[in-house]
Amino acid sequence: MSTVASKKGIGAFIWEYLTTVDHKKIAHLYLAAGGFFFLLGGLEAMFIRIQLMKPQNDFISEQLFNEVMTMHGTTMIFLAAMPLLFAYMNAVVPLQIGARDVAFPFMNALGFWLFFLGGIFLNLSWFLGGAPDAGWTSYASLSMRSEGHGIDFYLLGVQISGFGTLMSGINFLATIINMRAPGMSFMRMPMFTWTTFVASSLILLAFPPLTISVFLLMFDRLFGSKFFDVAMGGNTIIWEHFFWIFGHPEVYILILPAFGIFSEIVPTFSRKRLFGYSSMVFATILIGFLGFMVWAHHMFTTGLGNVANAIFAVATMAIAVPTGIKIFNWLFTMWGGNIKITVPMLWALGFIPSFVIGGVTGIMQAVAPLDYQLHDTYFIVAHFHYVIVGGVVFALFAAAHFYWPKMFGTQLSEKLGYWTFIFFFPGFHLTFFVQHFLGLMGMPRRVATFLPGQGLDAGNYISSIGAFLMFIGVVLLLINIVVTSVKNKKVANDPWGDGRTMEWALPSPPPYYNFKQTPLVRGLDTWWLEKMEGNKELPPAEPLKDIHMPNNSILPFIISSGLFIAAFGAMYSPLNVVGDGKPWGVPVLILGLGIMFGTMLLRSLLDDYGYYIPKEDLVDDEGKGGRAG
Amino acid sequence: MVKKWRPGLSLLFLMLMLAGCGEPYLSTLRPAGEVAERQYQLLLLSTGIMVFVISVVVIIFIIVLIRFRRTKGKEDYIPEQVAGSHKLEIIWTTIPVILLLILAVPTLAATFELGDLEEMEKVDKDGNRESLVVNVRANLYWWEFEYPDLGIITSQDLVVPTDEKVFFNLKASDVKHSFWVPAAGGKIDTNTDNENSFYLVFDNDKANEAGNIFYGKCAELCGPSHAYMDFKVKALPRDEFDQWVKAMQEASEVKPVSEKAKRGEEIFREKNCLACHAVSPNDPRPENARTAPNLADFGNRTRVAGYLEFNEENIKEWIRYPEKFKPGNLMYEKADLTEEELDLLTEYLINLKVTE
Repeated sequence: MSTVASKKGIGAFIWEYLTTVDHKKIAHLYLAAGGFFFLLGGLEAMFIRIQLMKPQNDFISEQLFNEVMTMHGTTMIFLAAMPLLFAYMNAVVPLQIGARDVAFPFMNALGFWLFFLGGIFLNLSWFLGGAPDAGWTSYASLSMRSEGHGIDFYLLGVQISGFGTLMSGINFLATIINMRAPGMSFMRMPMFTWTTFVASSLILLAFPPLTISVFLLMFDRLFGSKFFDVAMGGNTIIWEHFFWIFGHPEVYILILPAFGIFSEIVPTFSRKRLFGYSSMVFATILIGFLGFMVWAHHMFTTGLGNVANAIFAVATMAIAVPTGIKIFNWLFTMWGGNIKITVPMLWALGFIPSFVIGGVTGIMQAVAPLDYQLHDTYFIVAHFHYVIVGGVVFALFAAAHFYWPKMFGTQLSEKLGYWTFIFFFPGFHLTFFVQHFLGLMGMPRRVATFLPGQGLDAGNYISSIGAFLMFIGVVLLLINIVVTSVKNKKVANDPWGDGRTMEWALPSPPPYYNFKQTPLVRGLDTWWLEKMEGNKELPPAEPLKDIHMPNNSILPFIISSGLFIAAFGAMYSPLNVVGDGKPWGVPVLILGLGIMFGTMLLRSLLDDYGYYIPKEDLVDDEGKGGRAG
Repeated sequence: MVKKWRPGLSLLFLMLMLAGCGEPYLSTLRPAGEVAERQYQLLLLSTGIMVFVISVVVIIFIIVLIRFRRTKGKEDYIPEQVAGSHKLEIIWTTIPVILLLILAVPTLAATFELGDLEEMEKVDKDGNRESLVVNVRANLYWWEFEYPDLGIITSQDLVVPTDEKVFFNLKASDVKHSFWVPAAGGKIDTNTDNENSFYLVFDNDKANEAGNIFYGKCAELCGPSHAYMDFKVKALPRDEFDQWVKAMQEASEVKPVSEKAKRGEEIFREKNCLACHAVSPNDPRPENARTAPNLADFGNRTRVAGYLEFNEENIKEWIRYPEKFKPGNLMYEKADLTEEELDLLTEYLINLKVTE
């Protein structure tokens, strides 16, 4: 992708990506790693649907099913959906606000490597004695009893990648608050930047509860503490609270950036500004706020009492209002517009009815007494797949097509893109619509198999067929990516023709310093505004001068590797409840932590001032696509 | 594009209509009692509101797609850049709020009414409890049902009277499970930390329709055999229930009916099965000593191991190799018994009957 690297060969190419602190290259890394985990999670989903294709199927054993099911959820949430969103945030947000990079480029790289090595650690469980098997929620009583090291892999893997996520969240907050170009007030920020901002605040507030609860469970399992041991005065309900205080905002961490992506795509291809921008911003903030008030709706049947159930039922229903505002704003953005149905727009159009179905079934579950029937059944499985696939995954596909030119300088094939949609969209509805009814007809979720004669055979069969269609859709997308990359046909700054925000004013892909001169922002939809006035580039806010850039660094990778090594030591410490402690456990733990803290010390002691691009070089870039606008 | 998937959706609806609403002994869509009925009504109300919302969105959506597509000759057309409309925004904020209020009121009413357990504590003038209370204890892949006021313990098959509130106290002894009889009402978790309580009602006519047996399920992931942690509910008219209670209360040591069964009983003792499995419905041991299902009235069980058809062959197979049928169960993996011993044990067990 980088022309500099490709000239130097494969070794330099790898070294460049190992050491990069450029937000655009980190975006590539997130996209590749998140995409890889997405495929893994997808394969796991196929295993689940093949196993449940017919009653009493023996495609995989019950234990393996639980592992596959757990890893599907954990992988999709922590290792696929979030990192893929980070890919687009990294690629786009700094460009949208007119910044040269994120606020903390070094920490950005560190966040990626922590996430990636945490994810690799989690998946190594397949080869080292079995994957976690207590569901992605890992409820304490079951996870404490789980044999082998599966749960330990879950705890350490999620912990490490969670650190990475937390860092990225903080980084985006600092970036959006501090790095906006002159004139880019909060109320002129593009919606994707806004949703990234709110989602990052949610990360900041929601990940610490996860970190803490995972820490407690980790200590129970690895060092024999008793936080969740009821016989010793511990309490397992606390885990449920902790987990959902994280887990519910987590859903909004995923869906808000997805809303942001659609809020960019819909106006672009309707050629009309976003309807009710300020109410969209308000709704986003409100959803983020209410997201913290509703966690106990995951626990209606835990037995919290009537008053708690009543309060959380009403609070949950309240979220429907700002979400509804968003849906109607998108519809009325299109109303009166000039709609071009490109592949990104097609996904946005598919998203609206799909997400509405997923949203309203969520309100049905807010009806606490009714939720006694729906909870932990396939109705729930249907609901959250409508929200997460119909919302987040559709957004990821849409963004892949929409931002591919900006990230790689070439455009994914529209034709193959339509074919992906033609398989994936009906496949998705076929898979999950029928699951509402399976749940209502009495099928609990997370069952490794089901018995014949319960009226569940036909529904499960239909659902599995749908899964195969989705699978074909994803394969077509992969083919599309390969074919497009091989052809590598370069595109111009604004390949969609109707780009509205600043990233479309830059070359595709932008030069490594993004903006030669920091742009002056004169209003919402900055680039559209300039285009309408006949300007060919953004007005500069500063004279042409030397640009300060950070140096590449291998240290983020080494710090993350230290933690990765320490995780093995912690897992095989002689105190672990599995009872297979190794004498090398503690030394490896100390070694890993030593590498990590040593490298951090090095980073603190060694001054790295970065470097300057002299303005003469910038003038030389003129005409090579390195223009400010 | 909309036209492309709409026929697909209607086809799906059609298929579901054909499949019906599930089985009367399992489906929440065929409510068999006051609690399930109440929840079903809420399902209908909320579905109605939600279908209305979906319809409004889809109608606007279709109009937009028909009217505002970019057509030939309009390639360069730039529409008016509308910032928003306060009037519209107020409309689509207020209407959802009203819809939610319509939903919230019955939700709150039902939450408090279905959660009202005052009747559970009511006693008559002799200090005896008026309603039936069952203590449910969930264990790794089996269920224990204790009737504390009646002095009876059963496992796997829950027997209840119809047309009255049956109260449950529920907990788990190892990991969290969840007690669910879909046709009779929603689930409640069995926690390891505390006891939960709720009630269900089993309608007599609906019970007849379902063959007097309702299916019960574990609804919380609890390990490899989560899917096999089924139980059955026998719903009997009050007089038949009383007869059953009387028989259970009066049950003394079961006398083996045949020579074969007698030898089976010896094996049952020799192999130490008795250490965990009681064979009398009035097991005096404390609950933490009751580590396996109570086998009194085993001969009348509806299923073997909670889900296999009840016959001699399955009993034998289950005793021989329980790991095959319920992986992770706490009995043993594989039995160390000869074919003859298995025969005799099965003969003994199948004749453990308190009632005829």
